[in-house]
Amino acid sequence: MGLALLLLIWLITLLSTYFFVAKTWWLPTGAAAAAHWIDNQFALTFVLMGIVFLAAQLSLGYLAWRYREQPSSPPVTYSHGNTKLEVIWTVLTAVLFIGLNLMGAPVWAHERFAPADANAVQVEVTGMQFAWYFRYPGADGKYGKTSFKLMDPSAGGEAAVGLDTADPAAKDDVVTGTMYLPVDREVDLSLRAVDVIHSFFVPAFRFKQDAVPGLNIHMHFKPTTIGEYEIACAELCGLGHYKMHGKVHVVSQEDFDKWLAAREAEKQ
Amino acid sequence: MATPASVHAHAAPQGFIRKYIFSLDHKVIGLQYFFLALTAVWIGMVLSLLMRIHMIWPDQVWPLIGEIRPEAYLALMTMHGTIMVFFVLTTAPQGGFGNYVLPIQIGAPDMAFPVLNMLSFWTTFVGFVVLLAAFFVTGGAPLHGWTGYPPLSALQSAGPGEALGADLWITSIAIFCLASLMGALNFITTTLDLRAKGMTMMRMPLTVWSWFITAILGLLAFGVLLSAGILLLLDRNMGTSFYVPLVVVNGVVMGHKGGSPLLWQHLFWFFGHPEVYIAILPGMGVTSQILSTFSRKPIFGYKAMVYAMLSIGFFGFMVWGHHMFMSGMSPYSAFAFSVLTMCIGVPSAIKTFNWLGTMYKGRIRFQTPMLYAIGFVSLFVSGGLSGPFLAQPVLDIPLHDTAFVPAHFHLIMGVAAIFGIFATTYYWFPKMFGRMMNETLGRIHFFITLAGTYAIFMPMHWLGLAGQTRRYSQFTEVAYLQKLIPLNMFITYAAIITIAAQFIFVINLFWSMFKGPKASDNPWESTTLEWTTATPPPHDNFGGVTPVVNHGPYEYGVPGAPKDYVMQTDPATGSAH
Repeated sequence: MGLALLLLIWLITLLSTYFFVAKTWWLPTGAAAAAHWIDNQFALTFVLMGIVFLAAQLSLGYLAWRYREQPSSPPVTYSHGNTKLEVIWTVLTAVLFIGLNLMGAPVWAHERFAPADANAVQVEVTGMQFAWYFRYPGADGKYGKTSFKLMDPSAGGEAAVGLDTADPAAKDDVVTGTMYLPVDREVDLSLRAVDVIHSFFVPAFRFKQDAVPGLNIHMHFKPTTIGEYEIACAELCGLGHYKMHGKVHVVSQEDFDKWLAAREAEKQ
Repeated sequence: MATPASVHAHAAPQGFIRKYIFSLDHKVIGLQYFFLALTAVWIGMVLSLLMRIHMIWPDQVWPLIGEIRPEAYLALMTMHGTIMVFFVLTTAPQGGFGNYVLPIQIGAPDMAFPVLNMLSFWTTFVGFVVLLAAFFVTGGAPLHGWTGYPPLSALQSAGPGEALGADLWITSIAIFCLASLMGALNFITTTLDLRAKGMTMMRMPLTVWSWFITAILGLLAFGVLLSAGILLLLDRNMGTSFYVPLVVVNGVVMGHKGGSPLLWQHLFWFFGHPEVYIAILPGMGVTSQILSTFSRKPIFGYKAMVYAMLSIGFFGFMVWGHHMFMSGMSPYSAFAFSVLTMCIGVPSAIKTFNWLGTMYKGRIRFQTPMLYAIGFVSLFVSGGLSGPFLAQPVLDIPLHDTAFVPAHFHLIMGVAAIFGIFATTYYWFPKMFGRMMNETLGRIHFFITLAGTYAIFMPMHWLGLAGQTRRYSQFTEVAYLQKLIPLNMFITYAAIITIAAQFIFVINLFWSMFKGPKASDNPWESTTLEWTTATPPPHDNFGGVTPVVNHGPYEYGVPGAPKDYVMQTDPATGSAH
């Protein structure tokens, strides 16, 4: 029985470790500035936790087999523990866990404490059951007013986010169902939700933030690779949660300007 | 400490109803809780099976159940989580086994308040019936998940199931909170006031410590959830706006103004995180008890185990914000919650270290309870080590609300706690029913369940890393999720096999109840008080005798003792504690 336990626990441990190390299923390739820092912290945590995982599971299996009761087993050592070992172990884990945490703190501070760069491109993201809308403030750099009374989700576009076309600042606002971003430029994101909580998640950007009714949450990130990426809603928002997704196109600044100009032209 | 038995004594009941239905006997009430949880766990498990099947074959029409629609999937998910957390993981270890064993282990004839005990079981039962009723009302069960975040859970028009089904859901939880508060008071009072002579706090078995600390957590946590639930009911039905700001659902402006969706999250997780420990602490207690008994060695670091459980309980109330890193809460507070969460890893690591230390140089016997206790340690380690990933806000950015999270909490508070329940069942079954369970069936059940559990939950980590979002009823709409369908299919097959293996347990349980070989009073050669009395114990637990305790709970392998174990009630000697 001890041997069977050892084999099963070791097999589970080694197989699990293999798939983690082989990265058969893994984070998608990072496409934003933060990915590098987050992935490094991830790798560090992964290595340290992996060592503890292997040590604990392998010794669990080994102890079960090694100290199985046999006719030849010596009498057990009558002991209530070892305070010195206990203290050493406690201090070691405290240093490991809290140290690891402190090492990740600067990355978090950079992502969430600091505001966006001054030259960041402004985009407002609005989540509603079950779609994402993206608004660009246009040449004036100001978002026009929106009103809940004007919202008409069935109409889509400007009407869906309730844009008040009477407001001069709204004249050049562009509202789309697909997100376009210039590469290598920070994005100053305004996140809103009109009905229930949604969550804006772009795995390739290592970016996620809930969009909460009643709050206008400012976040920033910087895409670094041209390409097309998927947005998935990460907070349960109702029966269509599974299909609430969108696309981000990261393009050159030039292509971005052209795209935005074309949207402005369509609007006029 | 040793209160006269007359204070809470009640005569042995006559008649079927007083004996088995409205019983005041903690042992009968414990079994009632156990069978309630057993019913609940089967319902919860079947719901999860239907979920797994729908994820893989979303459009399939099944005989009997028909097609599972996305909203039905979410209702299954909500009910699975709610049933499992409240009516299984809180009910079985504490209400069930705690009720049955705690008074006997401290040498008491019953719980301190037998009527309150009966009331708390029947209140729990009503809560369960109200919850199940949600399936049968118009619109069906709610789809807002067991965490019930408003505004989704607060607006009747936010989706199917959010009408009467959601009201029943909240009402059920409120009823459950009341029942748990009654139970918690009873456990705390019993532990503090009814211990036998010589049963000092530091001679209490670690199981008693775990139920005692769990009860304190319950007393502090369920009151908050109860209040939060009442506010949610008011928002839903009385037009208040505690949790709901101005919102527009499907083009219709709702009548709410100024509420905060984050308020619910704070209140819910202030309960929700301690709840994790309410589910797992009794498993830790029983694992300690069993590892020591079956390794024939004293528990390694008894005091450290007690302090570790106390500090887990203490820190458990200061980490709720780690569920909210992505919620829009201040990023500065995320930092504080994260450090406090890491602190909780330290006592958890101490416990693991001490369990391994207990096995080291022991003479390990591999009866089924021991297999499950070792399985508990393995799952506790695996589930615990994904904690430091999620506890770092920066790593929570990619991992939050992905399959990595259900992988983490299912391993640690789901299946590890279930392994605790299995270990407990196999261990105390002889005392409760007077018969032994079948060892061969027990072993087969263990090996399939352990392998199956890992086959289900380990791959969920990989799905989470690859960005598979939680609570998706199918993976057909988002391109990168489609690539993950084969791995999801593997999990579903593993779940089918593992769930099928649970029939082995149920057959063993009921067959042994009636046909198992007769158990002796102390079949595992354990030391604690429940093994000093008859099997099954008489109405007042000790047949009119009040036990006197002379030893600590885990005196195995004492040099010079006549046997390899010293019962807690054995006469005092010089050497043993």
